[in-house]
Amino acid sequence: MSKILILAEHDGDTLNPGTAKAVSCAQAITAHGGGDVDILVLGDGIDGVAAQASALQGVNAVLATNAPHLAAPLAANHGPELAAAADGYSHVLAPSSTYGKDVLPHAAALMGVNALSDIMAVDGERAFKRPVYAGNAIVDVSVPEGAVIAGTTRSASWSAAGEGGSGAVQDRAAACEAAAHTRYVGLEGAGGDRPDLQTAPVVVSGGRALGSAENFDLIYGLADKLGAAVGASRAAVDAGYVPNDMQVGQTGKIISPELYLAFGISGAIQHLTGIKDAGTIVAVNKDADAPIFEVADIGLVGDLFTVIPEFEQQLS
Amino acid sequence: MSLPDAEREIMEYDVVVVGAGPAGLACALRLKQLDADLMVAVIEKASEVGAHILSGAVIEPGPLDELVPGWRDAPPPICVPVEKDEFWYLGKASRRKLPTPPQQNNHGNFIVSLGATCQWLADKAEAAGVDIFPGFAASDIHFTDEGAVGGVIIGDMGVDLAGEPKDSYVQGIEIHARTTVLGEGCRGHLSKQLIRRFELDADSDPQTYAIGMKELWKVAPGKSTPGLVQHTLGWPLDSDIYGGSFIYHLDEDRIALGYVCGLDYADPDFVPFEAFQQFKHHPMVRELIEGGEIISSGARALVEGGFQSLPKVEMPGAVLIGDAAGLLNVPKIKGTHQALRSGMLAAGHIAEKGAAEGFDARLRASPVMAELKKVRNIRPGFNKGLWRGLLTAAIETLTGGALPRTLRNHADHEELEKRAEFNPPEREWGPRELPPRDRLASVYFAATEHDEDQPVHLKILEPDVCTERCTEEYGNPCTRFCPAAVYEMVEDEGGRRLQINAANCVHCKTCDIKDPYQIINWVTPEGGAGPNYQNL
Amino acid sequence: MKILVGIKRAVDYNVRVRVKSDGSGVETDGVKMSVNPFDEIALEEALRLKEAGKADEVIVVSIGPGDVQQQLRTGLAMGADRAIQVEAGDTLQPLTVAQVFKALAEREGAGIVFLGKQAIDDDSNQVGQMTAALWGRPQATFASKVSLNGETATVTREVDAGLETIEIDLPAVITSDLRLNEPRFVKLPDIMKAKRKPLDVIALDELGGVVGVAPEAGHHAPPEPRGRGIMVDDTAALVAELKNRGLV
Repeated sequence: MSKILILAEHDGDTLNPGTAKAVSCAQAITAHGGGDVDILVLGDGIDGVAAQASALQGVNAVLATNAPHLAAPLAANHGPELAAAADGYSHVLAPSSTYGKDVLPHAAALMGVNALSDIMAVDGERAFKRPVYAGNAIVDVSVPEGAVIAGTTRSASWSAAGEGGSGAVQDRAAACEAAAHTRYVGLEGAGGDRPDLQTAPVVVSGGRALGSAENFDLIYGLADKLGAAVGASRAAVDAGYVPNDMQVGQTGKIISPELYLAFGISGAIQHLTGIKDAGTIVAVNKDADAPIFEVADIGLVGDLFTVIPEFEQQLS
Repeated sequence: MSLPDAEREIMEYDVVVVGAGPAGLACALRLKQLDADLMVAVIEKASEVGAHILSGAVIEPGPLDELVPGWRDAPPPICVPVEKDEFWYLGKASRRKLPTPPQQNNHGNFIVSLGATCQWLADKAEAAGVDIFPGFAASDIHFTDEGAVGGVIIGDMGVDLAGEPKDSYVQGIEIHARTTVLGEGCRGHLSKQLIRRFELDADSDPQTYAIGMKELWKVAPGKSTPGLVQHTLGWPLDSDIYGGSFIYHLDEDRIALGYVCGLDYADPDFVPFEAFQQFKHHPMVRELIEGGEIISSGARALVEGGFQSLPKVEMPGAVLIGDAAGLLNVPKIKGTHQALRSGMLAAGHIAEKGAAEGFDARLRASPVMAELKKVRNIRPGFNKGLWRGLLTAAIETLTGGALPRTLRNHADHEELEKRAEFNPPEREWGPRELPPRDRLASVYFAATEHDEDQPVHLKILEPDVCTERCTEEYGNPCTRFCPAAVYEMVEDEGGRRLQINAANCVHCKTCDIKDPYQIINWVTPEGGAGPNYQNL
Repeated sequence: MKILVGIKRAVDYNVRVRVKSDGSGVETDGVKMSVNPFDEIALEEALRLKEAGKADEVIVVSIGPGDVQQQLRTGLAMGADRAIQVEAGDTLQPLTVAQVFKALAEREGAGIVFLGKQAIDDDSNQVGQMTAALWGRPQATFASKVSLNGETATVTREVDAGLETIEIDLPAVITSDLRLNEPRFVKLPDIMKAKRKPLDVIALDELGGVVGVAPEAGHHAPPEPRGRGIMVDDTAALVAELKNRGLV
């Protein structure tokens, strides 16, 4: 029997999808020997978020802790609160986001336990798989009896739990005082016209087949239609079509968007290394033998100069 | 260029050695053994010792016994005694066993990773007090006011593609030394400049070269036979290209696989990398590696000129050792023992005389040279094809090189024929399935790394020749002989141009050697850049 | 003010990591080892703070067997003033490592414990957070900008939603993200100078020993290779397939 507490991630109004994914991971744990899944929501004025959390399939209870000092997502306040709330639980989970990674290890240390980062599969109540060496090895880890299991759940490995649940929302009073030594100043959005290549859920990339910097406008145009970030192969960067910081691959950026669209990229192993954890890879290339088709989820042999305009047209 | 023009910082040593290969490390270690008070530095452009070393390698242990007594009790990490030699002639799908040439009898020798061996040797040299600096490229020579070699200049770090200093810019220092030892290996870029400047090759034939490509495989359990040394001739090469393979069976299901092609080939459309990959698909090899995994790969040019191509190995303030001089013994397919021995010989000379003067005579009077003299006619015998070559080899071997003749060597880049004049041979090369699928994938296994925001280290002296004359005459052979796909002809809005993917370079130097117009100049990139070979 | 910088010896980032055929771990035989890149960034920032007159001493710390002295020497060559090796076996869990940093921070009276946000071998991303928790001091993880103003620091953090700024009182723990700075090149004469800088060795037990129950690492496997998906005939079919999968 497991008793699992999940730390919810939200922006004050909306529950982050990482939370629903953590619920799926928790359910994979309770599938081994049963148990309950609760969610802890920390913030100030978070009734809406708590309601969203309670609607997730398979959630037993939502603990909602409202306090002014919990409004900002500071580990200095959320960490001790999570550690206090974790009392009596066998597992404490959080999404592997920058928030979860900031708060969960802090709480684990206060609880006197080690933590597991990026849980990607569950083999038993106390047995898991997680990636090491940037995903180049997957290791089986098990936590001996007696210790609370603390871990973050790798978002790319879990699908979001569905809605339709009816967990009970309980008010939980804050157990810890505000930490005076840390002060929240503010958050600045990623900025710029396009999403950040490193974190964007959709990326459109172009290769040398574009032929010129001007032709790369085709890629930008499609990216803007999709709200996507723009990347490029090394060949396109070397040819001077786009700046260096747009390079995707071994010597550029390693990314894991949900959708990656590659136009005119042959797919050298150096490029593929940069997208191996992408959710869905779409490849459009004139050359049917291009290596990118060996890893593409959806491939189309065709000329990008005709495919891209057609693509845009059919989207609208 | 607008790099700061400050005075360079100077460090003083008694001896500075360029290159932490077997020759350089043997020289440095022996110097400290002979005189512990000597200040000795070794400069190595690889990110760590061994990372740019690529060799078969079966080594003769004699010189190592002298340099590191008792080494057999604590050998290098990969060191397998040779148990058996085999020599094969291959057809496309057939093979025939040939008698092993006496030079290739490896009884008593060891199969090693020369990279791992150099690391092992570097630890011993450091323990003896040698200062080894991996990650720093000796990019230029420091000359004294008298015009003698007075040390080396370390390349600047943190210069961008356009030659401007970046925030991280660090000016390279000068290392001054009474004697500079060049152990850069085959076609060292400083050695090349010095041979020209001091006309060291005035009395010798042109140096000749080959390209060697190597892959380390982990094969299915039970397929390798530790200690087995196999060499092949024949397919996939036509009989007028000199070359062949090596298959060395290591321990732990590892096999070192390699292919060597003489760079005196005439066919402008020949692709050495493709020959290597075709060879791997011969049933004999394929059976061995199929189902296995490639661990590491790379390429390096090697010297083949031997006795008649050996330049004068001394100049004011400096000496050449190992393959920077050109001491590899081709019929034996070995150079490590020659490298070690020449390094130790140079150390003995420098410790005794405190100067380079006299080293040339000393080397020429030594067993190093006697060994080369004996086999001097064997490699040039193959200039007339495989069968004439084998005949010459047999005669020269029987007579021990005593016949009063010395066959001449010719510069490799002059041997390439123009497309219009060359009659392309029929090659029955087939489709391939074994990795790596292409040169770019091969580079991936070389783990080569260069900061892309630095000046291109492959200097094209006359770019117009590439897009006009060379395209017309030879069809841009650089796009084929380079094993790392550095050179590409691309056509885009800017017209037809040579694209240099310098970041792929594995520092093999083949382009510098084989380019028919001699307009490619290989210079050192930022220190620490280049391949990161693992156990090659 | 003293800054303690953690330096982990890790497989070099250029190395193609391979899982051992018996699944007992990854191949480290003949593999290049380096300073964990995020730690190098942390050290660079610490050195810049010292050069700007905001810190007096930079101390590099590594935990592990004798091999880690190689990475400590690299840290000294970059410019750290002295080094501490905490002698231990090479598979310590983050909680124990955090306990060590807390103990050292107190012993040295450090103003900042500067660490990389994660090591590129086990990818845990925990030690900084745990050190702050055990020490009872602020944490500023994933830093992309750090400015010191006397007793406090203003840190910009790279979070999923953008750039978050927090103000913290010192002493504190800061962990570096990739964009904080570009580490300097080591100068050749500084390698020689580093050989003469002090390097102390302290036993792990002296700093509290191993704490917490360690998760047991078992079998290692390479990731599942991506397979070939489907081919579509035209753009219409491509868009239909994407819509079908809920991707556009």
